[in-house]
Amino acid sequence: MNDDKPILRYNANERSNHWLVAILFVLAAFSGLALFHPALFWLSHLFGGGPWTRILHPFIGVAMFVFFLGLVLRFWRANFITANDRLWLRRIDRVMLNKEEGVPPIGKYNAGQKLLFWTLLACMLVLLISGVVIWRAYFSHFFGIGAIRLATLLHALAAFVLVLSIIVHIYAGIWIKGSIGAMLHGWVSRAWARKHHELWYRDVTGDKTPPNPGRKEG
Amino acid sequence: MASQDIIARSATTTVPPSVRQVDEVAKLIDTTKCIGCKACQVACSEWNELRDEVGHNHGTYDNPQDLSAETWTLMRFTEHERDDGNLEWLIRKDGCMHCADPGCLKACPSPGAIIKHANGIVDFNQDHCIGCGYCITGCPFNIPRISQKDHKAYKCTLCSDRVSVGLEPACVKTCPTGAIVFGTKQEMKVHADERIVDLKSRGFDNAGLYDPDGVGGTHVMYVLHHADTPKLYAGLPEAPVISPLVGLWKGVSKPLALLAMGAAVLAGFFHYVRVGPQRVEEDEHAPAPDASVQQVDPAVHVYDPNRPDGQGEQRP
Repeated sequence: MNDDKPILRYNANERSNHWLVAILFVLAAFSGLALFHPALFWLSHLFGGGPWTRILHPFIGVAMFVFFLGLVLRFWRANFITANDRLWLRRIDRVMLNKEEGVPPIGKYNAGQKLLFWTLLACMLVLLISGVVIWRAYFSHFFGIGAIRLATLLHALAAFVLVLSIIVHIYAGIWIKGSIGAMLHGWVSRAWARKHHELWYRDVTGDKTPPNPGRKEG
Repeated sequence: MASQDIIARSATTTVPPSVRQVDEVAKLIDTTKCIGCKACQVACSEWNELRDEVGHNHGTYDNPQDLSAETWTLMRFTEHERDDGNLEWLIRKDGCMHCADPGCLKACPSPGAIIKHANGIVDFNQDHCIGCGYCITGCPFNIPRISQKDHKAYKCTLCSDRVSVGLEPACVKTCPTGAIVFGTKQEMKVHADERIVDLKSRGFDNAGLYDPDGVGGTHVMYVLHHADTPKLYAGLPEAPVISPLVGLWKGVSKPLALLAMGAAVLAGFFHYVRVGPQRVEEDEHAPAPDASVQQVDPAVHVYDPNRPDGQGEQRP
């Protein structure tokens, strides 16, 4: 076994799918934020003005949801919370300080990534359903004013949670060196896999030595 | 009206101009004098060049059935059976109430698409309207309508173009019974009080003025025979307020949410500055190399020009 050989974390389809969702998210977020607060209305100029922002935003949102479903179908099995994940969450303070002593080994995704996955899925579902209700041009006339008001509020709330989650997601990528590469070109080093996703590393390499119970400071 | 007259502007967080001190105007609609002739509807269409599609008769006198982007005012007819068995025909001219605290303006995301004038008129500026329909979501009276032709929101302007040059609204000018009157809000309240005294003397004990406080009062007011139950008049809301859902959506939560998003970005930045990135040392946790085995980097070739094959001694 060549220990220098990198590991493919995401194949080309997975990477393309991820970046399609990412690009659509940026477009949906900017066009949505333009209508969210007057201080950000200038963002509507990126889309050709207010009316075009209003026209495009829902279509962008639906496209984002559809491609996000692709990611869900690819990755949902890897996102079930395990006992190790609960312990990882209890020791989140150590993780945040780059001190991994006593932080349990984890699989393809850590508990933070898994919680992000389910949060994104919940937000996307709320955004889709509430977004349809407040889509004036095609659907709003099917709903009463009470439903529209509630949907408007939920849409803003879910979008807020989604944007916050993505800020955390982007920062985690910047913080953990090697992660952006994993999603850009697909490959991670063995050391990276062993350090950040030890159980996944053992799984994909067939390494049968007992997992490190509590890793040394590193 | 001059731009100094704009005292509130949608999606604007700074203070509007406040130099003009103008009397607030109001339109008073006396439902007890209305005969349902719809001359006001026609005058509105005439003045504003509105030609709604000819619809169908749905078995009531309401015609058309509802307000639309081309019907800004509408007589709504209600047959009300009184406790004594007598039938009353309650006719209410529906349209924008020109609230002092307009829900449409609060909900609108487009700067300047909805403005409130110093005289109390709430006006839509279709040039800035983006067609999102948030004004409909915000309105407690179900008034604004989005045009299916140009996807802009429309409603009664209180003939702001006429009022600005000292004329009364078209519906007021045309009303043959004097059921619609127009003047300063103060004058209209005095006028309404006189009407209410008269109505009470004629047995309408619950006669009163409809100028709901929940929206800060309105610049279109009604004299009602049954002011205790405005619902009778084709669902005129009892105590209209901007929905708490809209208040939550457009209130303090928005700047807080914006602040939270900015704070999240800053928190990330300072985490990076203080804690720093997580880098993997490439030999971390790798099995320690066996010191007895001599490792040779195959990429390093040593060239020795003194030897016939040019190969130098392999370095340890």
